[in-house]
Amino acid sequence: MNEAAPPAAGAKAGLSAAELAARRKRLVIALRLAVLVVVLGGWEIGAATGLIDPFFFGRPSGIAVKLYSWITQGTAIGPLWLQVCVTMYEAILGFFIGAVLGVVCGIALGRNALLADIFSIYIKIGNSIPRIVLGSIFIVALGLGTPSKVALAVVMVFFVVFGNAFQGVLEADRAIIANARILGASNWQVTRHVVVPSALSWIMASLHVSFGFALIGAIVGEFLGASQGMGLLIATAQGTFDADGVFAAMIVIGVVALLAEALLTAIERRTAAWRLE
Amino acid sequence: MAPAITPAVRLRQVARRFLAPSGHLLSALEDFDLEIAEGEFCAIVGPTGCGKSTTLGLVAGLARPQAGEVELFGAPVTGIDRRVGFVFQQDALMPWRTVLNNVIAGPVFRGTARREAEATAREWLDRVGLKDFEASFPHQLSGGMRKRVALAQTFINGPKMLLMDEPFSALDVQTREMMQDELLSLWGQHQGAVLFVTHDLDEAVLMADKVAVLTARPARVKSLYPIDLPRPRHVGELRYDRHFIDIARQIADDLRVEVLKARATSAENRE
Repeated sequence: MNEAAPPAAGAKAGLSAAELAARRKRLVIALRLAVLVVVLGGWEIGAATGLIDPFFFGRPSGIAVKLYSWITQGTAIGPLWLQVCVTMYEAILGFFIGAVLGVVCGIALGRNALLADIFSIYIKIGNSIPRIVLGSIFIVALGLGTPSKVALAVVMVFFVVFGNAFQGVLEADRAIIANARILGASNWQVTRHVVVPSALSWIMASLHVSFGFALIGAIVGEFLGASQGMGLLIATAQGTFDADGVFAAMIVIGVVALLAEALLTAIERRTAAWRLE
Repeated sequence: MAPAITPAVRLRQVARRFLAPSGHLLSALEDFDLEIAEGEFCAIVGPTGCGKSTTLGLVAGLARPQAGEVELFGAPVTGIDRRVGFVFQQDALMPWRTVLNNVIAGPVFRGTARREAEATAREWLDRVGLKDFEASFPHQLSGGMRKRVALAQTFINGPKMLLMDEPFSALDVQTREMMQDELLSLWGQHQGAVLFVTHDLDEAVLMADKVAVLTARPARVKSLYPIDLPRPRHVGELRYDRHFIDIARQIADDLRVEVLKARATSAENRE
């Protein structure tokens, strides 16, 4: 039964636009749930009937049980929250260092043609290396602790943010820059008051993507060798042929990534208040 | 003390050339001579793409000539001068700043305290009729209102030499007429020299003390017309004045020759 307010007098046949929109929204949510139920239910039934081998592919109920036991009793390598915190710490630290370096270098090279000409070739080379392989070097050089994971997260983030900051500087409106200079802005003031604000939307867009990359860097780093963290949790589960454990770890990482994404979106909204909706 | 005859701007035998993407040298200006007296309103008209805007860049110190001299109040231009103001054809307001913060930009860049700059900025916003819009962002304003903000932003610096690059060309006819009157009244109170580039001959004659007609590229001053229409002028009425029409027709004939020449050269180049 519908609890909505009674329709306006004489408007029996037609629904208001708001009601139509709400109806559609409910329909979409219901269908989304249906898809989830079909996929998970099919998987569970497949595993129960032997169509899917739960030893290799896991099963939803097994994953749920695994998650529950991790939360209540902790994992094989320590409490779950500790693993999450370790990975988040590495990812966030790497994200900040990589983002700051990327923004500073991007703006410096964007504002200085000579610097850009000198370093662009090296940046291109650096960017062409699959950055994950650097993880091995970092483990060798920096050891099994936090620094090697942070370093991997930094290189993952740096190139994305750098590229966008650089492009953002180049896209800054020439008329606005010329206007600011004639109004009396020094080079530094032009950078600070014109170039950085106009590059900000580019930079924010890259931050959005690159937090995911920082997380990948931290997890892969842990995967390659660590004593704590979500990556190690996955590696351990993999080592013991625990498919449910791998999926459970994936879900934990997914939730964490989504929360971080929501936080970044909220920050982005605030910094871009001046833009047209 | 400088002698009273020192002009606000003097361009002497100026040349400005560009390296075209195709590799050969393009001359925007050659043998360009022009003088603007202090407090004089000079308009430049010429065929499209002939190098009108180039002259503004040279006077503003945004670009250097390859030959000749560009002088501002008797001294060679070596960079951006504090006495120069520039109103651009495009929107050059900072879209992430409110109207008030756009108008205070000049004084604050130049070291005035924020509080003080805000007080002056409010006076200017009042003068251009945007008192109630100081907290708005540029995208919330109409094109004409944004131009007013740009005028306030420029005039707050008290420029002795005002450069304007087709500032009203993007506006509709009614708004343009209002802005022309507004500019004349601001200029009337403020009395700096103005160098006003436009492709609209009527606009040039209605507003200026002197109209310079440029040749097709490479541009030089073909002829100078003093405009002896009385001031203060009201653009909307002056437009139908006999004397105005006579002057405008005379200059239009002169300009037409150059426009045809410019068209012929560009057709030639295309072949």
